[in-house]
Amino acid sequence: MFKARRIIMAALASGYCLAAQAAGPRAEVVHWWTSGGESAAVRKLSEAYTAAGGVWVDTAIAGSEQARSVAINRIVGGNPPTAAQFNTTKQFLDIIEQGLLNNVDAVALKEGWDKFLPETILNVIRIKGHYYAAPVNIHMPTWIWYSRAAFKKAGIANEPKSMDELFAALDKLRAAGLIPLAHGGQSWQENIVFTAVLANQGGKDLYLKILRDRDPAAINSEAFKKVLLSFKRLQSYVDPGAPGRNWNDATALLITGKAGVQIMGDWAKGEFSQARQVPGKDFGCIAGFGANSPYIIQGDAFVFPKTNNAEAIKAQLLLASVITQPAIQVEFSNRKGSIPIRTDVDSGKMDLCAQEGLKIMKDKSRQIGNGETFLNPDQNGSLADILTAYWNRNVAVEKVQKDIAAALRN
Amino acid sequence: MRAKLRLLRRKFVPYAALAPMALIVLVGYLGTVLWSLKVSLSSSRTFPAHDFVGLTQYARLFGNERWLQSLENLALYGILFIAACLVIGFLLAVFIDQKVSGEGVLRTVFLYPYAMSFVATGLVWQWLLNPGNGIQQAVRLWGYADFQFDWIVDQDKAMYTIVIATVWQASGLVMAILLAGLRGIDEEIWKAARIDGIPTWRVYLSIVLPMLGPSVGTAFVLLFTAVVKLFDAVVAMTQGGPGIASEVPAKFIMDHLFGRANIALASAGSIMLLLTVIVLVAPLMYARSRVGSRKGSK
Repeated sequence: MFKARRIIMAALASGYCLAAQAAGPRAEVVHWWTSGGESAAVRKLSEAYTAAGGVWVDTAIAGSEQARSVAINRIVGGNPPTAAQFNTTKQFLDIIEQGLLNNVDAVALKEGWDKFLPETILNVIRIKGHYYAAPVNIHMPTWIWYSRAAFKKAGIANEPKSMDELFAALDKLRAAGLIPLAHGGQSWQENIVFTAVLANQGGKDLYLKILRDRDPAAINSEAFKKVLLSFKRLQSYVDPGAPGRNWNDATALLITGKAGVQIMGDWAKGEFSQARQVPGKDFGCIAGFGANSPYIIQGDAFVFPKTNNAEAIKAQLLLASVITQPAIQVEFSNRKGSIPIRTDVDSGKMDLCAQEGLKIMKDKSRQIGNGETFLNPDQNGSLADILTAYWNRNVAVEKVQKDIAAALRN
Repeated sequence: MRAKLRLLRRKFVPYAALAPMALIVLVGYLGTVLWSLKVSLSSSRTFPAHDFVGLTQYARLFGNERWLQSLENLALYGILFIAACLVIGFLLAVFIDQKVSGEGVLRTVFLYPYAMSFVATGLVWQWLLNPGNGIQQAVRLWGYADFQFDWIVDQDKAMYTIVIATVWQASGLVMAILLAGLRGIDEEIWKAARIDGIPTWRVYLSIVLPMLGPSVGTAFVLLFTAVVKLFDAVVAMTQGGPGIASEVPAKFIMDHLFGRANIALASAGSIMLLLTVIVLVAPLMYARSRVGSRKGSK
């Protein structure tokens, strides 16, 4: 009698142990994808990781700055997550230099990341020959969205093909009683408008001289002065309720046809699709003016905090491999509004704007990094402070140039 | 011999009881202040660096337009907030002290805002002051089509909106403190004043107010610490905007500690804030100790 029970207990116990061992490598992932569309997107990643045999433990933290602070504090405090989300920028350079991240060279070399990742992303994840992050997606922050209903009401027949045509269209929208430029008065949004003007009016060379080389001669040049003046001119097309408005409330103005144009990243597509609007029919998306306009790249990546635990290292490598597969890339980007990090994907399942973005990405000469890929958070923040002060106040443009030169000097 | 031991032990016990607290103050407060000072003299970014760059961070701080604007805003905010809270709190305390019926209910009503967090206060006031959806829109819908109350999006007036929201919250506390002080005033004073035929407002101004000195002092200290700490109301109401119009030092420091990954500049800012507080408080404490010693020597 007792013997039987003992045998049953032993069988159960061993079965449980086997089951526990069969549960794959456990990955705790810290990220800030908390909105509806973002959660749906990250769920695709966790499903893929689970299908590959791992266990995904989700630690979502609202707010990108908070999520990054939590990740850094945990890494320093000795209780690091298996992976943490950062942007593909210099945000995690300091952590690499302190030796607090594991590299994923094994996966990067085996799957040939050098071959398909854009140069700007490789420059931030490949430090001293080692690969410290797995890129998840590519976002373009300076798409120009327009509401077709608003354009029709203002009598604008064709979408603008240059900065001058954009200003003409904004004038027509104002004459029709609509809000010409839907904008949210937060400094990162002003930074996006500035980047769009710099890329479209200044061109790729000036863009790189200012943001990558931080060349004082370029900052004090006439061409850059014209860019700043256009930037300030756009401010006159914004409605008085703009200060402090969230980006998605500005997109809502386009969706309801109250405003004509918004300069915002491709994550705005999620808002349009939530409202069941279709690109080409209800709204339009312009990547840039001209056939060679720069395609600005920013995005998200997972970094892997340093650990010597063999299970954790297995989880990190598995995660890095899973999220960079073409099929998962398409699934994730469709829900997130981004485009995949590689161009060798089946773009048939992606919407019009994403397909256009992918097409432009294939031309390597048009790829250019966001300001944050060249400037560290402090320099980028100082630049944003100067731009937002210029946007909101009457400052002489020469003073703005001097301030920017001083901010980017160190 | 035994008596001496007992005496020693009696003298020793209070110090033993205070020792843990003293240690925490030494290490937690003074130690961290010294650490901030050390970091502010280095070139640290996300992590502390152990080099020495002298006063570079301070030079950078005072060339930073956002920091200078935040100091200006703090000074303006401090004066307006403390003055308004003291005046409104005093008036509320005086009116409640008039033996009104329902005094308990009124006191609770006025003190209730202080139970709310600054974040909740800031958020609700932001909605109220929003030109499109708040008070301006409501008054316009009532028929006054060109009523303007868009201070919160105005470069020069955004700071005043923060004063409004936080004064609404803190006046109740000042009222409670001054009411307690008023209750401690002798009835005989009123009788004597009535006999002398002094008008009531004069009694309050020249006789009662000086007697409330300690209560006003307490209220002032609490308000002053709230001014220096101002952060959550600004973040909830305007996020420092529009642009940098309602920036405050605490927000500047927090932004640079985390988002900007520049703990050296943030530490320099916090040392400057500490110095400002010391510069303002030290003369006050010196004057108080002088008054105290003069009183004692009488």
